[in-house]
Amino acid sequence: MKQKVANPASRNPSLPRCPTGIQGLDEITGGGLPRGRPTLVCGGAGCGKTLMAAEFLVRGVVEFGEPGVFMSFEESEPELAANVASLGFDLPGLVRRRKIVLDYVHIEPSELQESGDYDLEGLFVRLNHAIDSIGAKRVVLDTIEALFAGLRNEAILRAELRRLFRWLKTKGVTAVITAERGREQLTRNGLEEYVSDCVILLDHRVVDQIATRKLRVVKFRGALHGTNEFPFLIGDSGISVLPITSLGLNHKISNERIGTGVRRLDAMLGGRGFFRGSSVLLTGTPGTGKTIVAANIASAACRRGERALFFSFEESPSQIIRNMHSIGLHMDAFVKGGLLRFHSARPSLYGLEMHLATMFKEIASFRPQVVIVDPVTSLMDSGTPSECRAMVTRLVDYLKAKHVTTIFTSLTQGGHALQQSEASMSSLMDTWLLLQDFEGNGERNRVLYVLKARGMAHSNQVREFLISKNGVDLVDAYIGASGVLTGSARAAQEALEKATTLANLQEAARRKRELGRKREVLERQIGALRSEYETEAVELRRIDQQVGTRTLVLSTERAASGRLRQADAHTSNGTRDKPKFANGRP
Amino acid sequence: MPLRTPKNRHSAKAFEKALASKSDGKYILRLYVAGATARSRSALRRVYEICEAELKGNYELEVIDVYQQPELTRENQIVATPTLVKYSPLPLRRFIGSMSGAAGPFFTLDPIAKGKMVV
Repeated sequence: MKQKVANPASRNPSLPRCPTGIQGLDEITGGGLPRGRPTLVCGGAGCGKTLMAAEFLVRGVVEFGEPGVFMSFEESEPELAANVASLGFDLPGLVRRRKIVLDYVHIEPSELQESGDYDLEGLFVRLNHAIDSIGAKRVVLDTIEALFAGLRNEAILRAELRRLFRWLKTKGVTAVITAERGREQLTRNGLEEYVSDCVILLDHRVVDQIATRKLRVVKFRGALHGTNEFPFLIGDSGISVLPITSLGLNHKISNERIGTGVRRLDAMLGGRGFFRGSSVLLTGTPGTGKTIVAANIASAACRRGERALFFSFEESPSQIIRNMHSIGLHMDAFVKGGLLRFHSARPSLYGLEMHLATMFKEIASFRPQVVIVDPVTSLMDSGTPSECRAMVTRLVDYLKAKHVTTIFTSLTQGGHALQQSEASMSSLMDTWLLLQDFEGNGERNRVLYVLKARGMAHSNQVREFLISKNGVDLVDAYIGASGVLTGSARAAQEALEKATTLANLQEAARRKRELGRKREVLERQIGALRSEYETEAVELRRIDQQVGTRTLVLSTERAASGRLRQADAHTSNGTRDKPKFANGRP
Repeated sequence: MPLRTPKNRHSAKAFEKALASKSDGKYILRLYVAGATARSRSALRRVYEICEAELKGNYELEVIDVYQQPELTRENQIVATPTLVKYSPLPLRRFIGSMSGAAGPFFTLDPIAKGKMVV
């Protein structure tokens, strides 16, 4: 039961539907208009009633094989044919093939006089004949209220209209009756009293000089239906109603990664760039290089042989191409090669819905792998915040379902509101890069950091974003006790560090040399000492020898003298004591 | 697709012929009714009376049942029944209603019949 409530009567067997074929309308009404019953379409002048009715009829023939009768009370057949021809409907052709009957009911009050009572049997017969002649299943009465202008007897008219609608029901045709919107009621002549099965209200309103068409199903007897106001637009292929929640969150995702065209940026995003099919938000204050990053991403895609579609809402294509030349990006080659397409339009050109429809159409025809919306914020001016959020949601959903990587650039004002204003949109984004200015030391420097990147390890570092004629580069910003240093301050800091290091090196070398010298001196001293010692050792040996020799000589002399004196004293061998060295020198 | 030319806008082919052949101010009238209802009958009776009284034979009256010839409703722009259409003399006029209780309401008002205006 619950599910039935959530899904408005899509499979309600008790109430068969007649699909309109109008994009989105069948979704809102849960399958189409009530089959075999009249539906009232009302709205002010120029809100698309006749067109909706005509499209209902033409699509009925073309898509569902149901012939139809168009009974017009306001426009003649050629006028009608010309009006719908602009939407690509070939009404005369369908008339010739006997799929549609066009009947222009013309009442000229000046040639008309009423007297006595009458009925509208003539109209019934006329309609019946038209229906039967081609076996019509659908009928349009546009705008039957014109009868009130032609015929004066309102009492008869009302009674006959009531009878007409009942007759249409018994005839089993699905009818669309258009009516002009009244001041206090839905229609000028209170037709809603008679047609009570389904009432659709069209509205064309202008907010902030931008017109938006809205559609609302006021009433749908016997079925649940979307009761919201839905924006719709009249494009060159007819009406399309855009339900806010057209897609669920069930798109397939990809694990493939694509490069950004800036090597260091890839490195910040886990080394491999974005996920394919992800949505990327690129926010920054004016002049921080959002378009440049976006152009780099687009060019990178083209270099990979993919197609990129660049929606620009502030600059013309040639201006972007020229500007990108200055940083060494030659996008014109990609444009010529058919890999890159620009679509430029002023945001105020038309309403948000029309922009969205145009974008959908461009995407569908070009089938890009990368889409850039630059900047999405200027598009935001075309509608209320809730509308814009809904639009971005739909765009993101649509592109994700198609595996298209999308880069939204977003212009923010400085200060703390920066992140807050984007909060509503950022939750839709998978990756959020922030470009920011740092002001100080009389200069302005750009930095880039990754605020979030779903599903990948990413750097938490602030990088300085450099733009030169060779392209863009990211360098490590100096982060010290005094905060983040960029630009010349960073350069100065780097120079300072370099100087300090050099000084340290030089000092070390000097000390090393000094120590070396000291060592040399010591070694020399050691050498001198050693030679002195050796001299002394030689001297010692010499002394020993001398002593030995002398002793020997003495003992020899003594023995000789003893022998001479005939003494029996022992003969001495002349003991020689070897000298002992602690060092054991050889 | 010139559907709305003056030629076939309000007149059937038969009456074009009639127009071409007779330009002597003869009244060419057609009464469209839906079936033989009381309203149809009273309208026919009333029209016949008025024609006899005011036109005295200088008229052609044809009665058409739209149920029998539904295709004529479109050609002749019939919405209400009964409708009396005066094709000739010009201007074309349509008189809607049963005309009951009205004594010669249309011919008395018709400028030509009253001699007030010459076409």
